[in-house]
Amino acid sequence: MVLKAFFPTCCASADSGLLVGRWVPEQSSAVVLAVVHFPFIPIQVKELLAQVQQASQVGVTVLGTWCHRRQEPEESLGHFLEGLGAIFSHKPWFQLCRERGSKSWSCKATHWQGPASPAASGEDQVMLIFYDQRKVLLSQLHPPTALPNRQAGDTTASAGGLAAVFDTVARSEALFQSDRFDEGPVRLSHWQSEGMEASILVELAKWAAGPVCLFLACLLSLISAASACRVFKLWPLSFIWSKLSTCEQLRHRLEQLTLIFSTQKAESPAQLMRKDLIGQLADALIPVADHVAEELQHLLQWLMGAPAGLKMNRALDQVLGRFFLYHIHLWISYIHLMSPFIERILWHVGLSACLGLTVALSILSDIIALLTFHIYCFYVYGARLYCLKIHGLSSLWRLFRGKKWNVLRQRVDSCSYDLDQLFIGTLLFTILVFLLPTTALYYLVFTLLRLLVVAVQGLIHLLVDLINSLPLYSLGLRLCRPYRLAAGVKFRVLEHETGRPLRLLMQINPLPYSRVVHTYRLPTCGCHPKHSWGSLCRKLFFGELIYPWRQRGNKQD
Amino acid sequence: MEDEQSFSDICGGRLALQRRFYSPSCLEFSLSCPRITLRSLTAVTCTVWLAAYGLFTLCENSMILSAAIFITLLGLLGYLHFVKIDHETLLIIDSLGIQMTSSYASGKESTTFIEMGQVNDVVINEAIYMQKVIYYLCILLKDPVEPHGISQVVPLFQSAKPRLDCLIEVYRSCQDILAHQKATSTSLEGGDKIISASNRRSHSGMGAYWHRQEDRR
Repeated sequence: MVLKAFFPTCCASADSGLLVGRWVPEQSSAVVLAVVHFPFIPIQVKELLAQVQQASQVGVTVLGTWCHRRQEPEESLGHFLEGLGAIFSHKPWFQLCRERGSKSWSCKATHWQGPASPAASGEDQVMLIFYDQRKVLLSQLHPPTALPNRQAGDTTASAGGLAAVFDTVARSEALFQSDRFDEGPVRLSHWQSEGMEASILVELAKWAAGPVCLFLACLLSLISAASACRVFKLWPLSFIWSKLSTCEQLRHRLEQLTLIFSTQKAESPAQLMRKDLIGQLADALIPVADHVAEELQHLLQWLMGAPAGLKMNRALDQVLGRFFLYHIHLWISYIHLMSPFIERILWHVGLSACLGLTVALSILSDIIALLTFHIYCFYVYGARLYCLKIHGLSSLWRLFRGKKWNVLRQRVDSCSYDLDQLFIGTLLFTILVFLLPTTALYYLVFTLLRLLVVAVQGLIHLLVDLINSLPLYSLGLRLCRPYRLAAGVKFRVLEHETGRPLRLLMQINPLPYSRVVHTYRLPTCGCHPKHSWGSLCRKLFFGELIYPWRQRGNKQD
Repeated sequence: MEDEQSFSDICGGRLALQRRFYSPSCLEFSLSCPRITLRSLTAVTCTVWLAAYGLFTLCENSMILSAAIFITLLGLLGYLHFVKIDHETLLIIDSLGIQMTSSYASGKESTTFIEMGQVNDVVINEAIYMQKVIYYLCILLKDPVEPHGISQVVPLFQSAKPRLDCLIEVYRSCQDILAHQKATSTSLEGGDKIISASNRRSHSGMGAYWHRQEDRR
C-alpha cells in the first residue's frame, strides 16, 4: 500500500530532528507541519503538541524522524533515531532521510508491533509530495461548482484528501508561533524560520491606519447624520431626491466609504472597490439642448401637415400642434435664460464625479433626463389625452350596444337607456372615433421618443450596475497573488531514480478570472424592470403611464 | 522508463504518444498534436493581405493596410496563446488522482486535477462528431448522493482526438492502475466482497457495450 507524505519545501534543508504533523488515516497520508530539532526533552515536546492541539483542534502528533546527514552515515545517529520510535509511538512511523548536497531522498514507513517482535514490522511504500507551506496556508480552496440538483449539505461529505491537507495547514497557526531561533525549550523549523517577511512602510501604514480610519469614520458619520435629518424628508425635496439617480449613487458611495473606513475587521475578502477615474462633462450642453428643441419643432411641423400621407383632422391637429410648439418655445427661452449659470453649475457638479465613474455616469443619466424633460411632458400629455379617449370610446361603445359597466359587481350588465341618452352618446361616440387617428398618432410619436430616452437611461443604469458589482479587490488579488484563490492543485513529478521513493511537487492552480468574477460578485443596487413585456404592451395600448426604471430604494421611502 | 509511438488522429494527422513510467503507481502519457505548418500560415496571411489590398484599392485609405498587418499579428498571437494546443498530458498517480494538462503553442499550460476519491472509472465511449462516429476516452466521476451513480463525464484528449488504437494503449494502462488502487482501497476498508476484474459496475451508454466486449476477450 502506498502512503503519501506531504512535506513542506522549507524543511528540506533543515537539520535532523523529529517530524511533527497530522496523520489522516482515511487518505493514508501524513501532513508534515514542522521539524523539531535536537536537543529536546520528549516531555516538553509532548506538552507543546498538546497545547497546539487544544488551541487549533488539529490532531498534531510526532510522525517520525528526519535525518539530513553528510555522505557517511553515522551509526549512532541511526540507532538513536530508531530508539525514538519507541518513545513517541505512532503507527506508521516515518523515517525520512536526505543526503546533504544531493537530491537523493529515502523514506520508509514501518509499523511497529512492539519492542518484543521488531522483525514482524511491515514496511510500506511512501510517496513524497512537496508543498509550499506559506502558499498553502494563505490559499483558499474553491471546490468545483456543484450540480444544480445537489443539496448544499452534501458538499461537506465529499471534502477530499487535498481539502483536508489545506485545512490542516491553515488551522495550525498556533504551531508556527515559535521557531528555531527562539529561546524556548523546543526549537521548530517551518515556513516562518526562513524569516518573516515585512516591510517598514507597511508597518508604519498599519500604525497610522488606526487613527486615520477613526477620524474619517467620524467625519462620514457626521455627513450621514446630516443627510438623514428631517429637513430633507419634506415632500418636495424627498421627491426630487428619489427621482435623481445621482443621489442614489451618492448614497451608495457614502455607504461604501463608511464600510471601508470603519474600524471593524473585514470578514471576507470581497471588499468594495474604489475607482479613481474623473469623468469629463461635455461643455456643449446648450447647443445640444437647442438642437433637440429644433428637431422637435420640425417633427411637430411635420405632424401638423400630412404625416406619412395620412389625413389628419385639421382643427384638432392645429390645436395640439400649436400647444406643443408653445411648450417648446417656453423651454428654449428657459434654457437661454439659464445659460450663463450652466457652466458654473456643471463645474461644481462635475467635482462630485471624483467619487467614481459610477457617479459620473449617474450624473450623465440625470442630465439626459433633465434635457429631455419636455419630451417627458409631451408624452404625459399625449398619453393622458389618448387614455381619456380610449376610456370614453369603450364606455360609449358599451352604450351603443345597450350595456353598462357595473362598478359594484365589476362586470358588464345590460341597461336600458332613454332615447336622448342614446342620441347624445352615439353622437359623442362618432366624434371620438373620427378624432382617434390624430390623437393616436401624436401619442405614438411621443411614446416612441420617450421609450428611446428611457432605453438610453436604462443602458447607463446597466453599466453603472456592472461597474458597481465588479469585484476589483478579488481581481487584483487574482492578478498579484494568484495562490490566494485556488481552484485546485497541480502535480509535477521530480527527478526519479529507481529504488528511491517517488517525489512530487504540489503547486497551487489559481482560479480562472471568470470564476473569480462569478464567485465574488458584489450585490447590486438592482433596478430591474417591474413589468413583463406583455403588461408593458397592454399599458401602452391603453395609454397608461409607464415607469420602467424604478430604483429599489424607493419602496421604503 | 520512456517510450514513444506514433499514431494518427481522426483526420489523419500524425500524433506522437510518449509514455513515461515513473513507478508502478505513477504513469504519464503525453500526446503531441500536429504542429502549425508554414503552408497554412502563409495561406492565411496572403488571404488577409490580399483582401486588405482589395479594400484599399476601393477606399484609397492607407490605414486599411496597417490595420491588416495589425490584425494578422494579433490574430496569430491570439491563436497561438488561446487556441492551438501543442501537447496534452495525462498523469495518473495511484491513490492521489488523475491530472490533465493542455499546453498551448505559446507555452501556456492549463491543468485540471481530479482526486482519486471522485473517480468512478475510465472508459472508452463512442460519440457522434459532425458526420463521423468517433471513440474518445473519458473519466466517469462519482455521484456523492448515490454511491454507484455517475455525476459527470470528463472527456480526455479533446484537441488531439486520437484513434482507437492509441486509446486502447492508454486505456489498458489506466485500468491496471485503477484496479490496483481499488484493490488496496477495499482492503483498507476491510470489505468482505472481493471486486474481481470482470465484475465492474455497469454504466449506461454505448461505453458499456465496449466494456463487456473487452471483458469477454
